[in-house]
Formats: sequence, C-alpha cells, structure tokens
Amino acid sequence: MSTDLAATARELRYRIIQMSHAADAPHLASALSCVDLLAAYFFGKNSPDPAKAKDPGRDRFILSKGHAAIGLYATLAKRGYFPSEWLERFAQEGAELAEQPAPGCAPGVELATGSLGHGLPVGVGLALGARLQKKSAKVVVLMSDGECQEGSVWEAAMFAPAQRLSHLTVWVDYNKWQATGRSPEVMAMDPFVDKWKAFGWKAREIDGHDIQAVAQAMSESPDPEGRPTAWVAHTVKGKGVSFMENDNNWHYRIPTAEEVAKAGKELGQA
Amino acid sequence: MRNYFAKRITEWAQKDERIVLLSGDIGNRLFDKFKESCPGRFYNCGVAEGNMVGVAAGMAMQGLKPVCYTIAPFLTYRAMEQIRVDLGYHHLPVILVGTGGGLSYASLGGTHHSCEELGMLRLIPGMNVAAPGDARELEMILSHSLASSSPTYIRIGKKGEPQIHPSPLQATPGQPMRLRTGKDVALVACGTILPEVVAAAEQLEKEGVSAAVFSQPYLKPFADQEWNNIFQEHRLVVSVEEHSRLGGLGAALAEWKADKPRTAPLVRLGSGDEFLHRTTDQEGARKYFQLDAEGVIRKTQEAWRGVARA
Repeated sequence: MSTDLAATARELRYRIIQMSHAADAPHLASALSCVDLLAAYFFGKNSPDPAKAKDPGRDRFILSKGHAAIGLYATLAKRGYFPSEWLERFAQEGAELAEQPAPGCAPGVELATGSLGHGLPVGVGLALGARLQKKSAKVVVLMSDGECQEGSVWEAAMFAPAQRLSHLTVWVDYNKWQATGRSPEVMAMDPFVDKWKAFGWKAREIDGHDIQAVAQAMSESPDPEGRPTAWVAHTVKGKGVSFMENDNNWHYRIPTAEEVAKAGKELGQA
Repeated sequence: MRNYFAKRITEWAQKDERIVLLSGDIGNRLFDKFKESCPGRFYNCGVAEGNMVGVAAGMAMQGLKPVCYTIAPFLTYRAMEQIRVDLGYHHLPVILVGTGGGLSYASLGGTHHSCEELGMLRLIPGMNVAAPGDARELEMILSHSLASSSPTYIRIGKKGEPQIHPSPLQATPGQPMRLRTGKDVALVACGTILPEVVAAAEQLEKEGVSAAVFSQPYLKPFADQEWNNIFQEHRLVVSVEEHSRLGGLGAALAEWKADKPRTAPLVRLGSGDEFLHRTTDQEGARKYFQLDAEGVIRKTQEAWRGVARA
C-alpha cells in the first residue's frame, strides 16, 4: 500500500473533527494526537489487508485507548474495512459505531476498549495464542500515556518479555496530557522509555508526528533477541489544528460549525 | 478437590490441544504431569491476576480454551474488571477455577476468605457460576464448561473433601441434584458444605423431621421448573453455603421465589455481612457461622417448629 501518508493523515483529522461535531462526541484531541500512528499502521508498508479482517491468522491491532475510537473508525473506513456511511451514523441510536467500540462492532476493531489498561494483557494473550498455534501473526497495541498509570499495563509489561514475545509491539501515544492534567506531573511517567527498557523491552523514542519515520519503524522486523518492542511516540494532543494543540479543554470540548470550518482550512480540506 | 482438578484437566488437555492452563503462581508440583505431557501449554502468569485474565481473553480470541487457576479471592476480587470486560463483555469461553473457595482457607485470614465472589460474578451477564460439592460435581461442571461458549467461574475447595455422590452425574447446567428424599424440609447446598448438609439431614430424620437434600452447585444458569417442584413438594426450604447470605445460593433462591407467589418459606444460611476476624480454621469458621451440621440442624429445627405450628 503506497500512499501519501501525510495527506491521508490530514484528511483523517478533518473527518474526525467533523464526526466529533456531528455526533457531539468528546475526546477529539486524544484522537488527533494518534492519527499519524493510525495512518502509518493502516496505510504504510505491510499494512494489513482489510479483506482478511476475519482471517484467523491475521495480524491484530488493538486501540487500547478506546476513547480515541473516532480516530480508528475514520482510519478503518478510509482503508475500506467498512462503508463510509457507518461514519455518517457514528454514535447515533442503533449505529454500528459507538463513542467507544463494542465487541465485534466492526471489521478491524479487535477489542472493545474504553476502560484503560486492558489492551496490553489481551494483546499478550493474542500474541501467545498465535505463537502456540504456529501462526506468524504480529500484534500491535496502541496505548495512551495516562493509560500507562494502570497497574495491569505493567503486569503485562513484565510478562511479555518473560515469554519472549518479539512479535508484540506497543506504541505509546505520549502527548503528556491526561483528562485533567499533565500526565508526567500527575504520575511520575518519566523517564518513560527507560521504564520500558528496564522491564525488558526493546524500547525507543520517536517523533509520533514524523509519519515517514513512524511508518519505517512499523515495518521493522521483530527483535532477533526475542524482546517485545515498545515505541514511546512523542506527540501533541490536538495535533494538526492550531487552536486545539496542547489545549487540554479539547479532551472533552465539541467543535462548533465555525471551528470545524476553520480546522478544515488549516488542514487544507475545506 | 484441587488434586482431582489437576488430574482431570491434564487428561482433558492431552486430548484437546486447545486447552491451555494459566496459573497465578500457585500449585507447586500440582501440574507437573500437565507440564510434562502438554509442553508449551502451561503458563505461570506470576502474581498478576488481572494480567492473567486479560491474557486468557486474548488466547480465547485465538481459538484456544484457557483455564485460569489461582486462589479464589485473588482470582475474582483482584481481577474483577478484567473478568467483567475481557471475559463477560466479549463473551469468551475462558474457565476460571478459584481454589480455596469460601472458608477453605479460613486459617490464612480474611484476605484468603471468599464469601462474596459467587454473588459478584453471578451479576456479570452471560457468566456461568458454579461451586461443586464434591469431585463428581467438579467433573460434571468441568465437562460442561469445556463444551460451553460462555465464560465460567468454578469455585473449588482445597484437598480431602469427601465424595458425596454415589455415581457419575449427568445433570444439565443449573439443575439441582437430589441426594436424599424427605417430605418435610428440603435442605439445599452449594459447594463443599455439602457433607455437613447431608449429615444434618440424617440427624434431622432421627429427630423426626424428614429432610431431603439437594445440591445446587450452579448459581448461573439456575433451574426454574425443578425449583417449582421442590418448593411445592416441601413445606420448608433451607439453603446452606459458605458464602454471604447476600448474593449467593440463598439470594438466588430468594430472587427466584420473589417472582413466584405462594411458595414454601425459605431460610438462608450463610456467612454474615461481616469479615471474619477470628483466628480459626475451616471447621471453626463453619461453626462460627452455624454452617456445620450442628448449626444447620439447630436453624432448621427452629424454622421447622414455626412452619409445623402454622
């Protein structure tokens, strides 16, 4: 799949902002901060084939920060996992897609998330299960930084290297904000990448908005030493829209029609 | 009961490659045979119950049949949200086996007691919940669970529980099983308290109260028609369990009964709405909560005198 990743990400950002406005759905800024990661995974080199979304041997992608589901939905629809009409109906009564995903709600949505700290343990189980059944599948778990305050994340973080799950990769969307404060101030997150290293992961930092670098990182082969991989992606909450970036009000705020238009202009979409 | 579990899960796993066993760092030597005969399918998940349940969910999503095994209160209370979301919400066929259930580990103190967990898990939609009374019940429940597409919690005891049922069981999930007939009172047990209840019924008979005994290991699913019959055929029903009177067998019967007018009265025996602070063992704890045979006889006689007078 070759495509202009940056252009795709801009398009996705605008779609997400429109969806938030239309459905009155919060967590916009949390979705915007991980759009480049989503775009790189689903549109980069070796991206998964939507036609194989039910294949038992498929790679699995878990959006563990379920509050950013709007970003995943827009990405999956654009990639052809389901019709774009599903986005039009997003969060409406009886719609396929809710503010946070239900089990099996759509192709490409592997886990019902929304309660934080669940994606990594389940991802570890998926990776172990795949290995036990001799499937070559890889598992990717995208988490938020605030989510890493959950103890279950670190339980899984200790277990995965012990099981030498090199086909498991974590991406942390490190935008340095959680719902009501600066995450490295609320909890001692830093030195964040060192934590992962100390837990036995092959861990590195990356600019989460350098979409080419992210795509390159995602196409790397598993660690020959057998360690799982963790990428701490430095990101900006609300990325892509000047008046949303680093303004934590956009964790919950819904954009007005004027703000949608303004954002669209900034993103070169309207 | 835990030795029986280890033996049977090993035999099942030898026949079914999808079975994987996850342990929360307990059962030292207990699963040696399993590890030897099913290489790569035993995981010591460490002292991290929440992660263990999440991992089991992921494995089930890959088509495996994971069985998680650790001490009942840690498996259930600690991992409650993983059980609810990862197993319940996703409706995955994972089997949770909580050992040392109820008051089995009374001597280890309140952290090791589990007198609320059946009620907590019973509230999770789609979750099967059972506490076998002996190895034959465990055998039947394991067999149901391995064939089921639902998550199941099985509370077992420790070791050395007597075998009560004279022959292998073939009940459907949720059905009460009759162990003894009697026309006055129906005593109903859930879990390893069963032998105390059988002993109580025998003594009551001698004291002139004809008591039937039923075992109801399942709290979910829960039979309907059979309970209709039992409440019609007896003038008093007494439930007995190593569980709070809130949430467990007694509560399930009371809820069932609330929808059925004019049924026989129900007396619920269980642990109180309290933590047990006393230094004691299982026998002492049963005595304290009046769940031993003597306590069951005393409570049943009290209630029966009222019913017989009416």
